[in-house]
Amino acid sequence: MCLAVPGKVLAIEERDGPLTGRVDFGGVRKDVCLEYVPEVRVGEYVIVHVGFALQRLDEESARASLELFEQLGLIDEEFGDAWQRAAAEESGTTP
Amino acid sequence: MRYIDEFNDPDLARRLLAEIHATVTRPWALMEVCGGQTHSIIRHGIDQLLPEQVELIHGPGCPVCVTPLEMIDKALEIASRPGVIFCSFGDMLRVPGTDRDLFRVKGAGGDVRVVYSPLDALDVARQNPDRQVVFFGIGFETTAPANAMAVHQARRLGVRNFGLLVSHVRVPPAVEAIMTAPSCRVQGFLAAGHVCSVMGVAEYPELARRHRVPIVVTGFEPLDILEGVRRAVHQLERGEHRVENAYARVVRDEGNPAALHMIEEVFEVTDRAWRGIGMIPASGWRLSEAFREYDAEHRFDVGGIRTEESAACRSGEVLQGLIKPVECEAFGTACTPRTPLGATMVSSEGACAAYHLYRRLGSPKEMNPVG
Ligand code: SF4
Repeated sequence: MCLAVPGKVLAIEERDGPLTGRVDFGGVRKDVCLEYVPEVRVGEYVIVHVGFALQRLDEESARASLELFEQLGLIDEEFGDAWQRAAAEESGTTP
Repeated sequence: MRYIDEFNDPDLARRLLAEIHATVTRPWALMEVCGGQTHSIIRHGIDQLLPEQVELIHGPGCPVCVTPLEMIDKALEIASRPGVIFCSFGDMLRVPGTDRDLFRVKGAGGDVRVVYSPLDALDVARQNPDRQVVFFGIGFETTAPANAMAVHQARRLGVRNFGLLVSHVRVPPAVEAIMTAPSCRVQGFLAAGHVCSVMGVAEYPELARRHRVPIVVTGFEPLDILEGVRRAVHQLERGEHRVENAYARVVRDEGNPAALHMIEEVFEVTDRAWRGIGMIPASGWRLSEAFREYDAEHRFDVGGIRTEESAACRSGEVLQGLIKPVECEAFGTACTPRTPLGATMVSSEGACAAYHLYRRLGSPKEMNPVG
C-alpha cells in the first residue's frame, strides 16, 4: 500500500463524482481517481497510489519503473490477494 | 560487486557507485525516511555496495509500522462489532494488536474487507445502507489525498453510514524529532519521493538549514537511492546542507496543489503518537471540525482504549535508527513474520521484515526469494 505505481491511462470517464479513469499497470487494470491530475489525457502515464493518480509521468521512466516492479514482484504485492498472503504468513509458508 | 547486474541499468549503477566511492573521505550517516526505500536497500544489498564510510540508517517511514498500538486495538474493537463492515488496506491484516490482528477478527466472524482504494470502501457503504462501514485511514502524506477524497465524497453524496478511523502521520515533524533526539547520529536525509509528490518540498529548507543537514528527495528504485546517496555525500563532503530534488520525474517543487487543497479542507494538524516512538507534536492529521461526524473514533466510543507495547519489542529504536533489527534479541527467534511482536516485522516496508526476508542467513544473495 506504500507503493506508488506508474500506469497508463486507457480511458477517462465522464460522470458525476470524481474524475475517474481506467489505468493499465503492465496488464493489471484498475479504476483510478484522476481528480488530482485533471489535465491528464488518454495515453499518458500517471503515478498511482491507493487508487489515486498523484502526478503525471513521462512514458520512458514509467515503462522502466513498471518493468522493474514486475521483475521484483511488486505488481503482485500491490494488486494481489492480501488474504492469501496473510494466510501464508500466518502458517509460515513464506520465507 | 555482486548484485549490480540485477539493477535495471547496471552501467549507470556502477558509475554512481564509483563516484560515491571517489567522493567520500570520511564517515557519514544518512537516514532514508521511507520504508519502501529501506526494503529496496536491503533487498538489493545497496548498503553493502556503498563505501564502508557511508552508513544508511533506517527511518520511521513505514505507515503500517508507526500506527499506534492503541489505534490498532481500536480498529480490532470496531471490526468485531456486529453490524460493522471494516475495510482496510491489505497491509494492516497481520499488524499485531494487544491480543490479535484483523486476520483473526475475520476468522472469528468479523466482516473485515480488503480494499484497494478508500473510494472502494465508500462504495461498500453505499451498497450496504443498513450497515456501518468503517475505513482504516492510515498512512503518510501520500495516502492523505485519497482518504480525504473518500470523506469528502461521503459528505457530498450524503452517505451517513461511512466513517474513517484516522491515523495519519506527517514526515517533517518526525524529521524534526529525530534531529533533536540526544542520541541522533543522522547527518543527512533521503526524503521520501512519493510524500513529496503530494506535499512538494516547501517544508524542508527550514529543517535543512536549522539542523545543518542535506535533504535529498528521491524515489525507492535502486538507482534513485544511489543517486540520492551520491548527492547527499557530495553535499556533506563540501559542508553544504541544501534541499535537492533528485526525483524530478515525479516530484514538482510545489507538490500537487489540488491534493494539498483537499487535505487542507478535510484534515487538521494534530499531535500523534507513533508506535514504538511516542508522541510527536503536530505530527499527524485528524478530520477537521466540519467532517468530525465521519470520525469513527467518535462514532464508536472507543476513546477509552489504552494499551502498552510488548516490552521485548525494540521497534521504537529500530524506527529511530538507533539499532539495526538484527540487534534486537527477539529478532528471528521470538519474533518472526509468523509470530510478530512488533509491526516492523509485518509490513513489507518494515525494517525487521526486510532484514528477516533478506538477511536472516548470511548474504542477501542467498536469501533472495523468487518473485
Ligand atoms: S525484531 Fe520483532 S521484537 Fe525486535 S524490534 Fe523488530 S519487531 Fe520488535
